[in-house]
Amino acid sequence: MSTIVLLLITGLGLGALYFLVASGLSLIYGLMGVLNFAHGSFLTIGAFIGWEVARRLSDGSWWALVAAMLTGAVVGALVAAATEFFLIRRLYNRHIEQVLVTVGLALASVALFEGIWGTDPTYVTSPSWLGQTTEILGARIPNNRFMLILVAVLVLVAIVLFLKFTRYGLIIRAGVENRLMVTALGIDVRRAFTLVFAIGGAAAGLGGVLASIYYGYVSAHIGGSLLIFAFIVTVIGGLGSLAGAAVASVLVAVLQQFANFYLGGTGDLAVVLALAAVLLLRPRGLMGAKA
Amino acid sequence: MSAFWARPMTKITASAALVLLMVLLPLLNITIPGVFPGATYTPGTLQLLAYAMLIAALALSYHLLFGLAGMLSFGHALFFAAGAYGLGIVLRNFSPSWLPAGATFVASILITVLIGFVVAALVGSVSLRVTGISFAMVTLAFAQAGSVVVRRNPGGQTGGDEGLTLDVAHVPDALVGVLNTRNLYWLSLAVLVTVYLVVLWVEKSRAGHVVAATRENELRVRVLGIRPYFVRLLIFSIAGALAVLAGAAFLLLQSGVSPRVATPDFTLTLLVIVVLGGVGLRWGAVLGALVYTLLDQRLTALAGSELIAGLPDVLRIPLSQPLFILGTLFILVVLFLPGGLAGLTRRNGRPQRPRARGRERMHDAEETT
Repeated sequence: MSTIVLLLITGLGLGALYFLVASGLSLIYGLMGVLNFAHGSFLTIGAFIGWEVARRLSDGSWWALVAAMLTGAVVGALVAAATEFFLIRRLYNRHIEQVLVTVGLALASVALFEGIWGTDPTYVTSPSWLGQTTEILGARIPNNRFMLILVAVLVLVAIVLFLKFTRYGLIIRAGVENRLMVTALGIDVRRAFTLVFAIGGAAAGLGGVLASIYYGYVSAHIGGSLLIFAFIVTVIGGLGSLAGAAVASVLVAVLQQFANFYLGGTGDLAVVLALAAVLLLRPRGLMGAKA
Repeated sequence: MSAFWARPMTKITASAALVLLMVLLPLLNITIPGVFPGATYTPGTLQLLAYAMLIAALALSYHLLFGLAGMLSFGHALFFAAGAYGLGIVLRNFSPSWLPAGATFVASILITVLIGFVVAALVGSVSLRVTGISFAMVTLAFAQAGSVVVRRNPGGQTGGDEGLTLDVAHVPDALVGVLNTRNLYWLSLAVLVTVYLVVLWVEKSRAGHVVAATRENELRVRVLGIRPYFVRLLIFSIAGALAVLAGAAFLLLQSGVSPRVATPDFTLTLLVIVVLGGVGLRWGAVLGALVYTLLDQRLTALAGSELIAGLPDVLRIPLSQPLFILGTLFILVVLFLPGGLAGLTRRNGRPQRPRARGRERMHDAEETT
């Protein structure tokens, strides 16, 4: 029993990380049809700069952590918005080329991060409470999982509120439905593009800081490894669906944890098999609108 | 000029002359400073050239997928790795006493390519259920799974992070050792020419025409009563088998293989090569591979040089990362040089980028329906 609780909650924590990356990917794809390979780099740079700030403030205090998270989100948003503005926008409606540009950016930025911060992982010091465990139903659960879950839920609620109750949220939702119609009504949908990139980048940057707490270090490849699972999550959840991304994040991460524990560390393979199964049975994903 | 090149005989003669030059290269003493590490007969240069030619063969197989069929796959490295690891594993475990050593070697290669074809057909049959961006992500997931399997070292066969070393018991002596680099060079050249001819044949075949038509306008192909799925699957499997062949030769050339070739990053490199050379052109893929490999090698040498070490940090850090320079170059090519390097030479001749316009048209059609 305690093992199952442990696996469930750690799975939820990992799912929270996946969601922070996948939410941005899914929104960007839904509105613009861009598969963003540079999303992992937004995450990595958010993590690196967030921790640089935290280290200069003070080591291991709560407010340094909050500062790191805020900085990570802001940096991620700025870098993402700049990417959209300078690179993606020039290739409007040429989806393959847009993917290629983000691939180039991902390769170049990872190399640059390695040049600046080195190839070895940089270890981070977080508040000591996060390193301890809490006992729930006999399972000793690392405290940082609770924070991951809390932050991901807050981000999900914030994005949903933004999409439902603001004017720009309305434009974005309408754009996902039918971009041509939004443009025809005289609304400059390109501003919404930059905004969506910024939101996705902020979630990813925040996710970067949290991922480095989860793993205990930051490295230039931290974004790339999470990105692949985020891709799988978005396909399983249905491209362009935020709710699908949230549900699929949890399902994928929990499945991964259980397979790792009970099937001898085959979590990654189980996830890929799940992807194949979903595609065979339901090619548009769990909550996708169309294939 | 363009009329001259358009004549088929001229093209064939020129290609034959180029291949002949490449065949004779190990016997000549040509030094191009800054491009090759040494004279053309030295093992170092031959090794580099052979490596570049195998990457070119791999890029050509990727061209079948991306350039001809318009399928953006992020999992092509899986098949290259399958070739390299597959041959290594088959050579170690397959030693029937009734076959002479030479025949065992050839049989091992055939078995590897056959297995590769079957694996490609299986992966393709699942991933081709979706198209476009979803297809890209699914192939990426398969490649990731392959990469994980290779690193896990199942049954002690793949060697995990250490990689796999070639078991030379059944490999002909002429293909082993630094002194025989020349033979490996010729082998690589033969692989490249074979792959080129197969790609050419596929492109000119009926299946090639159908799949190119599908790339341009899938709806119209369906209206004509053709199901694109099986043709796509065929092309996907052939491209996979060719990549397996290149991978097998890669194992022989490097006398081993590291898990790096199984990573999705390696596929991204391949994509960079094809786009750098020029999408949709066979020569583009070959040119892109040669330019990329040589640049990568020379930039790595440059990164370690004293010239770079003396620069201030702002310049030194980016310049000492070859991938940073190549990635930036790639972005610039995508933004400003849509035809790639091969596109430069045909600027004046033909109207530019008929393909991209076709793709946009297709997209517009999709959006309005």
